[in-house]
Amino acid sequence: MFAPDIILAAVLNGLMTGAVYALTAVGLTLVYGVLHIINFAHGAILTAAMFAAFFAWKIGIDPYVAVFALAPIFFALGYALQRFVIGPSSHGEDRNILLVTLGLSIVIENLLLAAFRSDTRSIDVPYGFSVIDLGFTFLSVPRVVAFAASCAAAAILWLILAKTDTGKAIRAVAKEKLGASLVGIDVAHVYAVTFGLGAACLAVAACLLLPTFYVHPRVGNAYVLVAFTIVVLGGMGSVPGALLGGLFIGVVESLSGLFLGESLGQIGIFLIFILVLLVRPTGLFGARA
Amino acid sequence: MTIDTTLSRRSVLKAGVAAAGVVAMPAYLRAQPAPVKIGILQPVTGALAFDGQQGLIGAEMAIKAINAAGGIKSLGGAKLEMAFGDVRSTPEGGTSEVERLAGENVSAIVGGFASPICLAATQAASRYDLPYIVDVGVSDQIVNRGLKNTFRFAPGFGIVTAQALENLVKINDAAGKPAKTVVLVHEDGLFGSGLAKLLQAELPKRGFEVLDTLSHPTPARDMSNIALQIRAKNPDLVIPSSYYGEFVLLARTMQQQRIKPKGIYAILNGAASNYRFVKEFPEAAENVMDCNHWYDPRNATALAIKKELDAQGKFFTYNVALNYSGVLLLADAIERAASPDRAKIIAALETSTFDKHIMPYGPTKFVNGQNTGAAPVNTQVQKGDIKVIYPDAFADAKAIYPVPA
Repeated sequence: MFAPDIILAAVLNGLMTGAVYALTAVGLTLVYGVLHIINFAHGAILTAAMFAAFFAWKIGIDPYVAVFALAPIFFALGYALQRFVIGPSSHGEDRNILLVTLGLSIVIENLLLAAFRSDTRSIDVPYGFSVIDLGFTFLSVPRVVAFAASCAAAAILWLILAKTDTGKAIRAVAKEKLGASLVGIDVAHVYAVTFGLGAACLAVAACLLLPTFYVHPRVGNAYVLVAFTIVVLGGMGSVPGALLGGLFIGVVESLSGLFLGESLGQIGIFLIFILVLLVRPTGLFGARA
Repeated sequence: MTIDTTLSRRSVLKAGVAAAGVVAMPAYLRAQPAPVKIGILQPVTGALAFDGQQGLIGAEMAIKAINAAGGIKSLGGAKLEMAFGDVRSTPEGGTSEVERLAGENVSAIVGGFASPICLAATQAASRYDLPYIVDVGVSDQIVNRGLKNTFRFAPGFGIVTAQALENLVKINDAAGKPAKTVVLVHEDGLFGSGLAKLLQAELPKRGFEVLDTLSHPTPARDMSNIALQIRAKNPDLVIPSSYYGEFVLLARTMQQQRIKPKGIYAILNGAASNYRFVKEFPEAAENVMDCNHWYDPRNATALAIKKELDAQGKFFTYNVALNYSGVLLLADAIERAASPDRAKIIAALETSTFDKHIMPYGPTKFVNGQNTGAAPVNTQVQKGDIKVIYPDAFADAKAIYPVPA
C-alpha cells in the first residue's frame, strides 16, 4: 500500500496532467460537439503547434511568450482549413468530413515527418526544472503554469461562448443550423470560426506542454484518444464539462497508473468511457445526445 | 580457353589506337573495373528514422573511406557502390527492400537496425543466398535460426545482458559495494519486459535485492508516478530499460523531484548513451551509466569520425560506428573473396578475423553467424560528454560511482 503523501502527490500530478488534457479536449468539444465534425486531424494540429512552439523557442522566443502569437496564427490556420478545405470538400456530408480530416491528419503528419524527420526534440527552458516545494512533494513550475493557464483558457472560451455575439451564433448553429442561417447567421463563417477556436486551443496547449514534454511528428496522437473520451465524459460541446472531465481523467489515469502499474494506467480512462456511454450517454454536462 | 599469342599487324594497330585513347583519357576513366554493389538497408522514414539516418551516415562514410583508399584491391581497385533501401521502420518494408536490392544484383546487404526488421530482412535475403550483416538488431533469434547468410557483428541481447550484469558487479565491488537495493524501470514491450524478467531472476543471485519493478507504456505522457514510487522505495540503484523519449522524461522528472540514487545503471537504453540527450539535458544526464554498443574511444579512425561529425553538427551515435564497421567488415570479406559473388563472400565472412573496425572488440570470429569477439562496454555521462568507464582495456575515464549526493 502506498503512503498517503504519495497518493496525494499522484492526485496533484493527475490534476496538472488533466488540465492539459482538458485544453486539448476543449478544442475538440467545440468542433466535435458543436459542428459534429469528428476531427481526426486534432492530434496532427497539436503536433504542428508543438513544432511551431519548438521553432519559436529555437529563434529565442519563450513558449509562454510565443503563445500570444501562435494562438492567433493557429486560429487563422484553423479558420482557413475549415473554410477552404474541409467545408468545400465535405459537400455537407458528415462521413466526408470524417475522411477529409483523416486525410488531413495523414498529410500534416507526413509533411512534418518529411520536414523534420522523426527525431524526438525537446527544449531546455531556464525554469524547466524549477519546483515548488510542498514538503511532501515537489510541484514542477511549468506544470503548475500549464494547470493555471489551461483553466484560464477554458474560462475565456466559456465567456466567449456565453457572452459574445459570435458565441451566441456558434451555439445557435449547433442547435439549429437551418434556423441560424434563416436569421442571417453566416453558417460557413461560424463553422470556420469554431474550427479556428479549436486550433487556437491546441496552440495554447502546445506552448504549455513543450517546456516539460517533447515533440516528434506523431506526438499529438498520444493526446487525441484521451481528448475524445473527455468530450464524451463532459458532454459534447460543453466547455465546463471538458474542463472537469479533463481534470477527472487526469486524476483517474494517475491513480490507476499508481495502483495497477503505469502500463495499465489507461484502463481506468476507458472503463469510465464505457460506463459513461452505458449510464449517461449525454455526458456530465451534456444537454442532449 | 585459348590465348592468341601471335601478333598480327592489325592487332598491333588496334592496341596502339587503344593505348593512345587511354593516354588521352583522364586518369579516373582508365581501366575502371566494374563497381561492387552493396545494399544498405536503414529505416530513414517512420518511427525509427533518427536511428536509420545515423546508420546511413556510418555506412556512407565507410564506403567513401574504402573508395578513397583505392577500393577493393583484389578486384583491381573496384569501387563500392551503394544501393540504398529505406525499410520505412517496418518488417514488411525490410522484406520488400531486400527483394528489390536482390533484383538489383547487390553482392551483400548491411543494416536493418531494429530486431523485427532484421528478422524479416535476413529471412528474405536468405532466399537469394545474399550475405547480410546485421548492424544492431539485438534479438538473439536473428542468429539462432541457422541462416547461413546472416552475420551479426555487434553483440546480441544474451551477450549484452550477461556482460552488463558482470560489469555491474565489478563496478559495484570496486567501489566497495555501495549498492544493495535496486528498482527496475522498464517499457512494457518485448525489449523492456524481457530484460526486466531476466534481471529479476539474475540480480538476487548476485547479491542485489530488487525492491520493485515498474513498467510503463511507450509512449508515456508522464513519468511522475514512476518517479514518486522510486522515491518511496529509495533504492541504491535504478536500472531503466526504456526508449529515448521515456527515459528522458524519467531522468528529468527524477532531477526535478530531487531523487538521487547512488547510480542509474541503464542497459541498452535508448537515451543514456545518446549525445542528443546529453547535450539537451546535461544536468539530468550527468553520471548516468549505460551498458551498450559504443565505439572504441582510443581508436584514431573513430576519433576522426567523431571530429568530422561534430563539425557538421551531427551526433556520433553507436549506429554510425556499427554501420561504419559493418561495411569495413564486408569490404574485407569481398577483398579476400576476390569476387563479388555472394557465396564466396559468405565463405569469406565465415572465416573472417577482421580487426580494423572501430568498435571495442577483438578480432572478428563468427560462430553460427554471431561475432563472438563482440562485447558491449559501460559508458557514463561525465561533464557533458560520454565516456567509456569499463572494461579498463577500452576505458577513457574512471567511473563516478557511487554518485556524490
